[in-house]
Parts: sequence; C-alpha cells; structure tokens
Amino acid sequence: MGQDEFFFLLMGLKWTVALSAIGFVCGCVAGLGIALARTSGVPLVERITAGYIALFQGTPLLMQLFVVYYGLALVGIKVDAWAAVSVGLTLHASAYLGEIWRGAIEAVPRGQTEASKALALGYVSRMKDVVLPQALRISLPATIGFLVQLIKGTSLASIVGFTELTRAGNIISNQIFQPLTVFGIVGILYFVMCCPLTIYGAHLERKFAASVR
Amino acid sequence: MSDISTTKATADAMISMTGVAKWYGAFQALNDINISVRKGEKIVLCGPSGSGKSTLIRCINHLEAYQQGEIRVGGILLGHQAKSIDAVRREVGMVFQQFNLFPHLTVLQNCMLAPMRALGLGKAEAEGRARQLLERVKIAEQAEKYPAQLSGGQQQRVAIARALCMRPQVMLFDEPTSALDPEMVKEVLDTMIDLAREGMTMICVTHEMGFARQVADRVIFMASGAIVEEAPPAEFFSDPKHERTRKFLGEILGRH
Ligand SMILES: Nc1ncnc2c1ncn2[C@@H]1O[C@H](COP(=O)(O)OP(=O)(O)OP(=O)(O)O)[C@@H](O)[C@H]1O
Ligand SMILES: [Mg+2]
Repeated sequence: MGQDEFFFLLMGLKWTVALSAIGFVCGCVAGLGIALARTSGVPLVERITAGYIALFQGTPLLMQLFVVYYGLALVGIKVDAWAAVSVGLTLHASAYLGEIWRGAIEAVPRGQTEASKALALGYVSRMKDVVLPQALRISLPATIGFLVQLIKGTSLASIVGFTELTRAGNIISNQIFQPLTVFGIVGILYFVMCCPLTIYGAHLERKFAASVR
Repeated sequence: MSDISTTKATADAMISMTGVAKWYGAFQALNDINISVRKGEKIVLCGPSGSGKSTLIRCINHLEAYQQGEIRVGGILLGHQAKSIDAVRREVGMVFQQFNLFPHLTVLQNCMLAPMRALGLGKAEAEGRARQLLERVKIAEQAEKYPAQLSGGQQQRVAIARALCMRPQVMLFDEPTSALDPEMVKEVLDTMIDLAREGMTMICVTHEMGFARQVADRVIFMASGAIVEEAPPAEFFSDPKHERTRKFLGEILGRH
C-alpha cells in the first residue's frame, strides 16, 4: 500500500471525525432538549419524548440512516449524503444522550431541587446552576461511552454511499487487493480514536466513584 | 375562602394557615390545620414520625401543594400560581435535615447563588452579604471550601447562612440537628438560638426539647396529620392535656 492510498484513508478518517463531531455536537444540543422534556413533569411532553427515545433505541442505526436518506428524497427534499447522514446521526445521538442525561438528572438528589426551590430559584436557574452541573458530572462516563459508539457507528454511513473511513478502506482494498493490510490500518485508526476516550471514561468513572464515597 | 373574622384575626400574622388540608393520593396527610404565627414568634413543632410535621412546613413554601384551605405568609396569599409561590419563597428560608448544600459550589457560592439569581443582586453585593452572614454563623474562614470538606455541623450552619442571605422574614427548620453527630448538635442549636434572639420568626420541627424550652413561644404537637395540642413550653411539658401528648413526651423525654 502506497502513500496515495494511505492519504485516501486519511481523507476518509477526516470525514469520520467530522461526522462524529457533527452527530455528537448536534446530538448534545438536541439531547439536552430531550432530557429536559423527558423530566419536565408535564405528562404529555414526557410521554412523547419517551416514545421518541424508544423509537431510536429500538431500531438499528442503519435503518435510521436509510429512512432519513431515502425518506427525505421520497418527500422531494434533495440532500447530500453527508447532510442526510448528519441528520440521521443527530437524531440517533439525541435519543441516546437524552436518555443518558434523563437518568443523570434523576440521579441528582431530590434535596438539591428542593433546596433551590426553597431559595426561590426559577426553573432555568435551578437547572443551569444546580441540577445540570451535577447531572453532567454523573453522566460523563456514559456520555463518553456513547461517543465511542457513535464514532464506530459512523461506519454505517458507508452504506448510503458516503466515503468515510470504512468506505475509503473498502475502495482501497478493492483496488490493491490487500484487504488484511488495509482493514488492519482502518482498524488501527478507529482504535486510536476510540481507545483514549474509553480510557478517559473509565478514569472519570473511578474518580467519580471515589469522590462519592 | 375564610370568613371576615378569621381574616381580621390573621391580618397581622406573619404566617397563617386556615383550614389547610393535604392528601397524598387517597392518604390524608394534613387535616384542618389552623395556625397563626405572629412576627418574631418562635414555634416548635413536634410529634411522632409520620404525623405530618414535614408536610406542614413544606406547605408553607409550597414544596408540597395543599388542596384545601388558605396559607398566607407576610400578607401574601400562597396560591398555586408560580407568581405567588415565588413571592412567598423569597420571604421564607428553609433549613433541611440533610443540609442540601450544593456540592459543586463553594460555601461562598452556595450563599451567593440565590440572591443573585432570585433577587437580582450584583456579584459584589451578594458576596458582601454572604461573607457577612457566614461571619454571623461563625464560619467565615471556610468560605472558599466545598461542602464535602466541612463537618456536618459546619454544613448546617452554612445552610442557615445560605437561607439568611435571602433576608427572609420567616425561617423554617425541618429537624436541622437530626442528621448530626451528637457533638455537633450544640453549635447548630446555638446558631438557631442567636437567630431567635435577633427576632426572627421561626417554625422549627425538632425533638430537641431543651431548645423548645429555651426558645419557643409555643409548642405545637401533631399526630396523624392534625394539631392535637398547642401550649407555651412550660405548660406543654409540665401539664400536657392530651393522652397522646403525654405518651409522646414520655417516649421522647425518657429517651434523653
Ligand atoms: N411524597 C409522599 N407520598 C405519599 N405519602 C407521603 C409522602 N410524603 C409523606 N407521606 C406520608 O405522609 C405522612 C406525613 O409525612 P411527614 O413526612 O410529613 O411526617 P413527619 O411528621 O415529618 O415524620 P418524620 O418525623 O418521620 O419526619 C406520612 O405517613 C408519610 O408516609
Ligand atoms: Mg419529617
């Protein structure tokens, strides 16, 4: 495998990173909304978001990407593969992160909310200043764990014809007929991205467990 | 709605509860509660576990919603709309059994948050106020620490200072010393006694009968969600009228 092929893989890597970043950042913003709606105390809103979460957790990411990619085309919205994949990953991430953070928000002791209410803090301040900073801390290991899943999940974007790392590997492998070498390198590239995150997540989890006791 | 006579009788009250009732589902936790607390008065509320003491004081700042009757605090009618609830909460400080300090904020930040967010104070003013009140509960030197770095007694004094930073007209205490190691009870009670001397209107749920004798203007005894007996401490302890009160006092004083 030559320099050109390796460079092609790096181009694919660039898109994998970009897709992961878009999915994660947009998923965080939307996921925060989902988590807040899910814990809003308004039964209808809670039920709708519970349904949304169940839908995205109960179906494969690949199918979600298909539905967004072909579904948007079907209703006449012509979008690039990367836009469709971004939307799909964002929806997927928002459901998972929303559920992770719902759990974290509910894990913050009730007394924290009660104390802030007793101090006349309104909903926004109660969440922003008291509950979310604690919930975020609790959820950090799980959030990082999900980010790792998301990075690997972007490989499914190859199926709708998007040239990220996995598809780039596929293309090169078909050209130079060295699948083991090529996918070995592809695997190493994924590993280099994901492993430090996993280690960091485990480190945070230990730190958190230590500070609770 | 109350009739004119009760409205008059409670017009100068700092806290008045008239015919208040509360249910948790089908279970009635409060039954026809009538209390009137004058400005500067100190009430000790006691009774067996599950009698509704916490529920009662948590209704006063609407941590629990009540379904019947009327509650007024400092002349404000506590309805169920956010506006009247906020208005009442700005006048009512509360101290919890488990302190409930914000663990991710320093002692100083704990005290500054609500004055800045709920009263709109500037940072400098909120800090000045916080330091002054931390001084008053004798814990000023711990201002930059996090709650977990303090002892239980210190945390509870910070919680008192945090509530006082809102300059409330009323302070509610829900068993403030029950979660403390015995050697720390006194420092918290002393802080509460100081506060009482300065004229704060207080309702304290506590089983510290020494505190009740020393500070309370009235002791209210509750059982099964209702007020059973109400008397000045001397009379309450020496000459309880009801059988349930006598039984309760026997248990609680026998224990000490
Ligand atoms: N959220 C709730 N849902 C259902 N029942 C409740 C709830 N909170 C309290 N209760 C019930 O209401 C009654 C009064 O409870 P409350 O906590 O006010 O008692 P208390 O006098 O403060 O008791 P303790 O001395 O144990 O603190 C109890 O029987 C309790 O089981
Ligand atoms: Mg209680």
